[in-house]
Amino acid sequence: MNIHEYQAKKLFAENGVAVPEGYLARTPIEAEFAMRRLGGPVAVVKAQVHAGGRGKAGGVKLVKSPEECAKVTEQMIGMRLVTPQTGAEGKLVRMVYVEAGSEIAKEYYLAMVLDRETAGVAIMFSTEGGMDIEEVAEKHPDKIVKISVDPTIGLQGYHLRSLAYGLKIPAEEGKELMAMVKKLYAMFIKYDYSLLEINPLIVNKQGKMLALDGKMNFDDNALYRHKDIEAMRDFAEEDPREIEASKFGLSYIGLEGNIGCLVNGAGLAMATMDIIKLSGGEPANFLDVGGGASEEMVRNAFRILFSDPKVKAVFVNIFGGIMRCDVIAQGIVTAAKELGLRQPLIVRLEGTNVEKGKQILETSGLKIIPADDMADGARKAVEAARAGK
Amino acid sequence: MSILVNKNTRVITQGITGKSGEFHTKLSHEHAPCFVGGVTPGKGGTRHIDLPVFDTVAEAKEKTGCNASMIFVPPPFAADAILEAIAAEIELIVCITEGIPVLDMVPVKKALERSRKTRLIGPNCPGIITPGECKIGIMPGHIHKRGKIGIVSKSGTLTYESVGQTTRAGLGQSTCIGIGGDPIIGTTFIDLLAMFEEDPETDGIIMIGEIGGDAEIKAAQFIKEHIRKPVAAFIAGQTAPEGKRMGHAGAIISGGHGTALEKMEALMAAGVAVARSPADIASTLIEHMKKRGRK
Repeated sequence: MNIHEYQAKKLFAENGVAVPEGYLARTPIEAEFAMRRLGGPVAVVKAQVHAGGRGKAGGVKLVKSPEECAKVTEQMIGMRLVTPQTGAEGKLVRMVYVEAGSEIAKEYYLAMVLDRETAGVAIMFSTEGGMDIEEVAEKHPDKIVKISVDPTIGLQGYHLRSLAYGLKIPAEEGKELMAMVKKLYAMFIKYDYSLLEINPLIVNKQGKMLALDGKMNFDDNALYRHKDIEAMRDFAEEDPREIEASKFGLSYIGLEGNIGCLVNGAGLAMATMDIIKLSGGEPANFLDVGGGASEEMVRNAFRILFSDPKVKAVFVNIFGGIMRCDVIAQGIVTAAKELGLRQPLIVRLEGTNVEKGKQILETSGLKIIPADDMADGARKAVEAARAGK
Repeated sequence: MSILVNKNTRVITQGITGKSGEFHTKLSHEHAPCFVGGVTPGKGGTRHIDLPVFDTVAEAKEKTGCNASMIFVPPPFAADAILEAIAAEIELIVCITEGIPVLDMVPVKKALERSRKTRLIGPNCPGIITPGECKIGIMPGHIHKRGKIGIVSKSGTLTYESVGQTTRAGLGQSTCIGIGGDPIIGTTFIDLLAMFEEDPETDGIIMIGEIGGDAEIKAAQFIKEHIRKPVAAFIAGQTAPEGKRMGHAGAIISGGHGTALEKMEALMAAGVAVARSPADIASTLIEHMKKRGRK
């Protein structure tokens, strides 16, 4: 799950991590008053959307008066922000964050991530903030210090010292850094982050260290114990098809292509996308109905696929294990009769009760295209999508 | 021979009285009668699907002499259940549970490192099977056929796909293991590749990976240095977009890393036959075995 910048900064502030003062605004007037409340000569208006790369796309603007703040906000709200992370249609800006301008003396980088290999929390600090960290790692590996903390032992003083002394930053900044990392590590454990990144972490002209940005990724598996975080979920930022799917316990991710996929199992669902691409087509989605899907789930999965105007053909790829092919077949037939078959439907069934399943499809009177195996099904789906254009 | 489980394995189910625990214990026991009991705190002394139920793993071990456990405990309590089985020195733990918080798995991983007795498979996996001898997990038993291919995979249904293909080709399987799609897991590709290399019954190995992390790249390095048997691989997610979690908690490309392509390249460079298409996994292995003079 992702959250907005203003929510991340609120979490920082609540946990004692210094951030610039700022206020959320949904209208130009709110933005104008936000800047008056800040009182300073400059403020930054930042579009609140779930995507990185906002600055280059025109989603972050410096303003020098409350009137200008209102004007910029008026332009920003309602626009579609297109960044490398949003896709071509962009994201609608519905609110902005008005933040006090900071006089930046230095830009640092700080990140914490759960390391799969060591089962520890890796902490990375770099003096080259504001840049792409991958690039820094390649060109200036000497400007990054990385440590690993075993959470069963916890963060110790020597961990903090190796960060503060590792890159020879001034002593005063080192002290601030150590205090901040201590608070951030506590947050990492408390909120079950999978990633926490501050880029840039700045030192202002007054010598104070502030988190100017905050990227937080949460472990979805742990959300059940963080109701407050779950409440921050902004449905307007998510693909409506993904929200609809999650209501029915389906795992769905929208893609750019025109062949809808319905598969059981995450690995097979990914592999189905791959084989469509290999056969010259483009998948419209990733859709895993899970190992034990009911007829009801299959019906809802179909509803989502059939109602997508982009979808020109639907490919069902099932390897029935615990999930029986006859149950799937019945779900397909019920859904197709109820919703009407608007797109060509290609079905590949394999595994438990496959003969029964095939028979249900054959005797249904529906125009279903059977496939002998996965490769055959992908080929037929690609042909059908081409013909349907 | 086979690896890790055979007809002498004695299994209990932690969470045997739950709906899934009961269902899959029954199916597994029907495939091969390896189950000797179950654990559900508070239900000790009763019987369930004709097996004795105990309150704790330690008691179950004492009374049944079990050496393996299958875990079907819900996510908030699953890490605790694994730790209990480690403390009772159960040799093989297979955790099927999906959705365990990653930070809960950290103490589990550390406890496994300290333990000399216990190996964990999973979590979030279909389990392990030596066809006809022992099935611990949710895979459909009837698609398997005893044979000479070892299969190790991050994905459940793709394991079934490979099983189906090797069964149809007449090769059959020695042992199949789903290692799970979570970021922190008990047993990795490398551990199992090494066991298959030593197993006289296994003639060829299929390895199924997916996007996210670098376990496949580490496995490639290991294969290059230590595995003489022919290995075929498939990596799912060649078309997956960056930054999206593809069903499995660990299946995510981040910062341009963990892509299918980099994993496929590393495996090919290690002499592994990599199938581009999931429909060609078994045929890719057969071709590779022929070239290497094994049939």
